[in-house]
Amino acid sequence: MIAEAGLAALWLAAGLAALQFLFMFVEVRRNAALARPMRSIAVVQGVLTIVAFAMLLIVFARSDMSVKLVFENSSAVKPFVYKVAGAWGNHEGSMLMWVTILSAAGAFVALFSRRTSERTLVAALGAQAALALGFYAFLLIASNPFARLWPAPIDGQGMNPLLQDPGLAFHPPTLYLGYVGLSVAFSLAVGALLTGEVDSRLARAMRPWVLGAWILLTLGITAGSYWAYYELGWGGYWFWDPVENASLMPWLAATALLHSINVLAARGALKAWTMMLAVIAFSMSMVGTFLVRSGILTSVHAFAIDPQRGTFLLALLAIYVGAAFVLFAWRGATLKEGAPFELVSRESGLVVNNLLLTVVLGVVFVGTLYPLFVEAVSGEKLSVGAPYFNAVAGPLALILAALVGIGPLLAWRREGRPVLRQLQVPALVGVVALVITIIIAPTMHILPRLGFTVGIYLLGASILPLVRRNPLRAPLATWGMVLAHFGIAVALLGMAANAAFTSERLAVAQPGEILNVGPWQVQLQDVTPTAGKNWTAVEAELHATRGAGIVTLKPQSRYFTDPPTETSESAIQTFWNGQLYTVIGKPDPSGGWQLRLWWKPFVTLIWAGGALIALGGALAMLGRLWRLRRRREAGAEWRKARYA
Amino acid sequence: MKPKNQRLVLVSAAIVAVLVAVLLAMWGLRNQASYFYTPADIAAGKAHDGEAMRLGGMVERGSIRRAPDGVTIRFTVTDGKAQTPVLFRGIVPDLFREGSGAVAEGRLEHGTFVADTILAKHDERYMPPQLGNLAAEHRAGKTLEK
Repeated sequence: MIAEAGLAALWLAAGLAALQFLFMFVEVRRNAALARPMRSIAVVQGVLTIVAFAMLLIVFARSDMSVKLVFENSSAVKPFVYKVAGAWGNHEGSMLMWVTILSAAGAFVALFSRRTSERTLVAALGAQAALALGFYAFLLIASNPFARLWPAPIDGQGMNPLLQDPGLAFHPPTLYLGYVGLSVAFSLAVGALLTGEVDSRLARAMRPWVLGAWILLTLGITAGSYWAYYELGWGGYWFWDPVENASLMPWLAATALLHSINVLAARGALKAWTMMLAVIAFSMSMVGTFLVRSGILTSVHAFAIDPQRGTFLLALLAIYVGAAFVLFAWRGATLKEGAPFELVSRESGLVVNNLLLTVVLGVVFVGTLYPLFVEAVSGEKLSVGAPYFNAVAGPLALILAALVGIGPLLAWRREGRPVLRQLQVPALVGVVALVITIIIAPTMHILPRLGFTVGIYLLGASILPLVRRNPLRAPLATWGMVLAHFGIAVALLGMAANAAFTSERLAVAQPGEILNVGPWQVQLQDVTPTAGKNWTAVEAELHATRGAGIVTLKPQSRYFTDPPTETSESAIQTFWNGQLYTVIGKPDPSGGWQLRLWWKPFVTLIWAGGALIALGGALAMLGRLWRLRRRREAGAEWRKARYA
Repeated sequence: MKPKNQRLVLVSAAIVAVLVAVLLAMWGLRNQASYFYTPADIAAGKAHDGEAMRLGGMVERGSIRRAPDGVTIRFTVTDGKAQTPVLFRGIVPDLFREGSGAVAEGRLEHGTFVADTILAKHDERYMPPQLGNLAAEHRAGKTLEK
């Protein structure tokens, strides 16, 4: 009965979404003051999807094998937390989670948004409902998560063991919250384009959503990168895999939007531009969802053989993006450009930021979709990998990072002061770093070398907005910006150090043998069998030392029974100046074992930088909310005083 | 700047940015996109030495040889029509075995494919994307032989 209740809730929610969509037209054409019922409908619709998703969690938690989805993706013997996480570790469940977050976001807007006019709000809720409607149709027609099996099987087919990891269990929800948070920016942009009310009020209503989505995307990408690093056992942190690019593209667009939205909020300028970015940002979320969920990445042929889902998603993508662009072309030209600005100004700096991010987004987009396009058109197979992305996006990212130091120093509207003089010290330190890398590592590649230069310079340049004023009196949002920009420098230095100074050792070791990697001496003690709840493994015991003290590492090679799969569990030891990364391979006929060892100096800075960027976003968010509360309180007191 | 000029400048800047992105991407793709070849393609001389590429096929039975260092292997990839010798240094994926499908990433050096990475099917249900057809053809071939 639980599965049926979930399905019924979904149908009801779909009906309400259709009603909401109709209301939008009535409101926009007639100005019918439908805001009040619209808010209630949006809230009920959000609650219904949450109920449906809760039902799915229950059938997964109970291992109810009569539900087809549970049978295909779960098994009675796996740990409870992965039973629950299994609910979104598959196609149907993750699409249900997607639409749940989408509708819940709509409900949240309906409950709390007071900043836009009621007309724009109704139009935005209508747009949000239109988005939800497409995905309800997709679930109910092409991917019903609640379908039953008869007779009910005794046990399920299990879950991909690579996914049975705490990092990955909570990775998709984080990314989805980020993806779908951008849907609110999209809907608000569509709503404002319909009513013509594109102004700084709209930007202020949109900003917390964009900021929140951006924080979660940053966290999701950082966590995903660390997951790939330790779980795949290849020692890399970013593979330019299409699935990774699917999360990077919305992040790039959201980063651009986050910056242009500040211009709209503070100066009322860049109206059409910001609306365009809001549309692009969510379009990238949908492109990402399409790439991951359509099966097109496995093969264009797989896509062609089972085309229903992929085609459905592609059609949704085309309809929403197409409609938004048509709306933009129709209404965008009527928007009045806001306050003018000079060539050297904060606004111009942010425009340059946006242009560079757009170019990076463009090359990542083309590189990701080109192989699919070529295969679909000519049948020829090719792959675009790290060499392309590093060569094309790497230099652009460095230029962008160099400019990050300048933008925040510029004044709004017109900058007359000699700003570059403030950058003398950081630039000088950067050049010193460059000279040092040339002296100590003459053979280093150009990209890491420039990474060190720009990274060191940006460490100093990013904190300049807090220098020469009392840092304690600077707004929290300024602190957030400084922290995020500082985080970019930190991550850049981590990437450069990893690229330039990693030592690797790959060899067969007999028990008792010592291998050297970087400053470390690693001794293979023993290899023993071990087991967990649903896996068996061989585990090596390694003793590592670099002079004083011994650390023990235990890398495993695990074998899962359902489905039969092997995974390698790397053992990583973190030190203040880097990580020792060890992987056990296959046994050798001589009685030894293959071992792969890395010493990665300062590699942790990559993820520390990512965390700082997200933390900066969180500080900015906190600052904005705090200021809003204070203003509301002040307003309430003012009214009290007036009417008392 | 007048608002009207400002809009003109912004629109042209956006167009230039998109053009730059496309040109950059095209330039990068011309140099860096790696094509997928089968041993038959290589035998026919379609691939050039030093070019980044992927090689796909079945690992020929009885062809895997280990070097004395224990981490370097040589094997032959076949598509039923031709064979290409492959050299790889590293830990092979868990499901890499003789008679099953594999895709190697790397470059040709004097007729030997030097692989940087080997992708094998990483669980029993998974097939390297580019091998989907090949495996189907392979199975079809077997049925015909019977």
